[in-house]
Amino acid sequence: MFEYIIKRFLFAVPILIGVNLITFALFFMVNTPEDMARAQLGAKQTTPEMIQSWKVENGYDKPLFFNGDAAGFDKVTETLFSQESLKLFAFDFGQSDSGRQISADIQERMGPSLAIALPTFIIGLVTTIALALLIVLFRGSTLDTVTMMVAVAIMSVSGLFYIIAGQVLFSKVWHWVPISGYTPGWEGVKFLILPVLIGVFAGLGAGMRWYRSIFLEEMSKDYVRTAKAKGLSDIKVLFGHVLHNGMLPILTGVVVVIPTLFMGSLIMESFFGIPGLGSYTIDAINAQDFGIVKAMVFLGSVLYIIGLILTDISYTFFDPRVKLS
Amino acid sequence: MSFVWLWTDILVWTLVLVLIGAVRSIRRSEQIRKQWFYILKSPIAMSAAIVLSFYLLFALLDSVHFQYTPSKQGEATEQTVSSANNQGVLSLLDVILQHLRDKTERTYSAPFATHEYSTSLSYDESGAVTQVYRPLKFGGQHWTGSHTILDDVMVKTAIPFLFSCIFIAFIFTIHLGWGFVKTRGNYIDYYANQPDPKDELPWGAAYFTLFLLVFLFSWFYYLSHFYHVLGTDKVGQDVLYQAVKSIRTGVLIGLLTTLVMLPLALILGISAGYFKGWVDDVIQYVYTTLNSIPGVLLIAAAVLMMQVIITNNSDWFGSTEERADLRLLFLIFILGLTSWTGLCRLLRAETLKISQVEYVTAAKSFGLSPFRIIQKHITPNLMHLVLIALVLDFSGLVLAEAVLSYVGVGVDPTTASWGNMINQARLEMAREPMVWWSLFSAFAFMFTLVLAANLFSDRVQTVLDPRRNN
Repeated sequence: MFEYIIKRFLFAVPILIGVNLITFALFFMVNTPEDMARAQLGAKQTTPEMIQSWKVENGYDKPLFFNGDAAGFDKVTETLFSQESLKLFAFDFGQSDSGRQISADIQERMGPSLAIALPTFIIGLVTTIALALLIVLFRGSTLDTVTMMVAVAIMSVSGLFYIIAGQVLFSKVWHWVPISGYTPGWEGVKFLILPVLIGVFAGLGAGMRWYRSIFLEEMSKDYVRTAKAKGLSDIKVLFGHVLHNGMLPILTGVVVVIPTLFMGSLIMESFFGIPGLGSYTIDAINAQDFGIVKAMVFLGSVLYIIGLILTDISYTFFDPRVKLS
Repeated sequence: MSFVWLWTDILVWTLVLVLIGAVRSIRRSEQIRKQWFYILKSPIAMSAAIVLSFYLLFALLDSVHFQYTPSKQGEATEQTVSSANNQGVLSLLDVILQHLRDKTERTYSAPFATHEYSTSLSYDESGAVTQVYRPLKFGGQHWTGSHTILDDVMVKTAIPFLFSCIFIAFIFTIHLGWGFVKTRGNYIDYYANQPDPKDELPWGAAYFTLFLLVFLFSWFYYLSHFYHVLGTDKVGQDVLYQAVKSIRTGVLIGLLTTLVMLPLALILGISAGYFKGWVDDVIQYVYTTLNSIPGVLLIAAAVLMMQVIITNNSDWFGSTEERADLRLLFLIFILGLTSWTGLCRLLRAETLKISQVEYVTAAKSFGLSPFRIIQKHITPNLMHLVLIALVLDFSGLVLAEAVLSYVGVGVDPTTASWGNMINQARLEMAREPMVWWSLFSAFAFMFTLVLAANLFSDRVQTVLDPRRNN
């Protein structure tokens, strides 16, 4: 298993290089260092000398992919691409346009992001699975049909609507919770209730339909018929067998998401004024701060790949037939 | 007056041509015709399809643009009022909703209001300052005050109601006549001897939905001559007009993105599954890499770069319309380039499965070229997956537009879109008293489209997905 994990991490390297290539292509070839220099220097009449000195100052004076002037192996390493990507692999994201260390910013903002993403994820997962199991108990009935219609309706409403309507109702009209803000620790809970509730509710429709279809598929399998023939009640079949066997498809969809929780939610955080990574990214996009966007893209890919590896590992816990090798 | 073909117009009309071609070829295949019959046999799917075609109709009306320059002579007084609105590129829909474009108020007004929403200072003859609700320039100005607004609206509802009744009766007559022609006059005999009366499409639901839609839109249209039915926004523009204009953006993003992503997913998915080996490795590598980048961030990064290109090359674009249109096109391309991976993976897996089947082996041993095998034996068997993916993606893309516009990486701020409406109206909810109608209209229009798309895609999935079809 240990060997397998190492191998998977090695497989991740070419993918991360590919991710770097894409971001590099976007950020350096479309928006060349010359363009950056012009945008940063601002002035209309920028001389080539000024641009050159800006490039040297910021370390952008090397060629993009291939350095003909360098000797031997340095031909590849003494370039902008390898310089920029190698830094990323060491999680050194450099400085943002405002001069702050991006890595430090990210560490600082991960906490608030998790404070909202983790409860949303856990509460959401438990409620949707519980509701889906309940609906499967009543499969084929009017309750089933009506609930599924409601689920489609919940899915069809824009997430922005839930946030805005929630803020207006719970904060502005009824004054139950503060409209936005954040403080670390237990006093901050009052700020988190509404975003978590909205996040859970917005995901309810799609989640319920997804889990219901998984459980229904399991219900049509032979072992369920056998269990029923033995005289087990519906509830026992559902919780004893179907839930356990349905775990594999559930894990496929769920475990990948766990590491990316660190990234936070763009919309949620910016609406509720939570100083997490989501609002960090949104601010960076609005300020056109490419350094931060690049760092977040890389971080997101790393977390996604970790998620894929975790998914494989989690299979072994629920299905002894799966052997990692 | 001359026609102006924006890039997205050309693409959307190409898509319509492709769809017409597809429908013609579908009519020839008994099996596919049956499948569509089963899809539409569900009353919900039928109603959803009608709602979707209504939206499509508006999007198409809004995709015929022409350059309009008002004539200089005649009607001088009226011309000066509306000339500012009338210059530039107009669409067919703009012409239909001309009265809404002209009736611009000063600022916010509530739906069916006769006065502005907030007070403004007024100086009377003696110089005293008072706070008054100024009357609107256009909204409700026919109203004399002899009866309530509600009564007035009720009375005015009669005309659209009558119109929609006549319209539906007209359609029904054509429908009956067509059935008469089809059965060569033996109408009653034909339907009396129908082997199974259940083998009919749910016309009741269809007519009900059609009536509802026609009534709703004619009601809005007729009353919008007298009132601002959905109010006006901050700069006094009619909200109904904005919401209707936004249909094009939403529908186009949903439709054209699939047009971009489809060839990519089909070609790469099938070649990966059919040729295996290094082709498969490379394609898998590409989509795993693309997939591992968080979607919104990839889109954001690409859109940021697009903005850089546009600002660096501002001489590429003639008018603001063209720039906004090109930005919409870029957004569609970016969405397409980032969303093909899911379908590609599905197609690859299915191709792997199909290429193991005996008839493909037989075709290979007959010496058919790989291209012919893919064309004749593999692609037709993937079409249900493609169709399911297309209808499933549509609603997601419409919703995504709103979120992207909120993040600031969506369509051009000058383009009418529900995302832009929400974005602009977001802060209005914090006002005292609340300005809710802009936000409400955007969400209502979006919800109807997405709900219809979701219900329809559900039915398509049930009928076409062999796993769910038992």
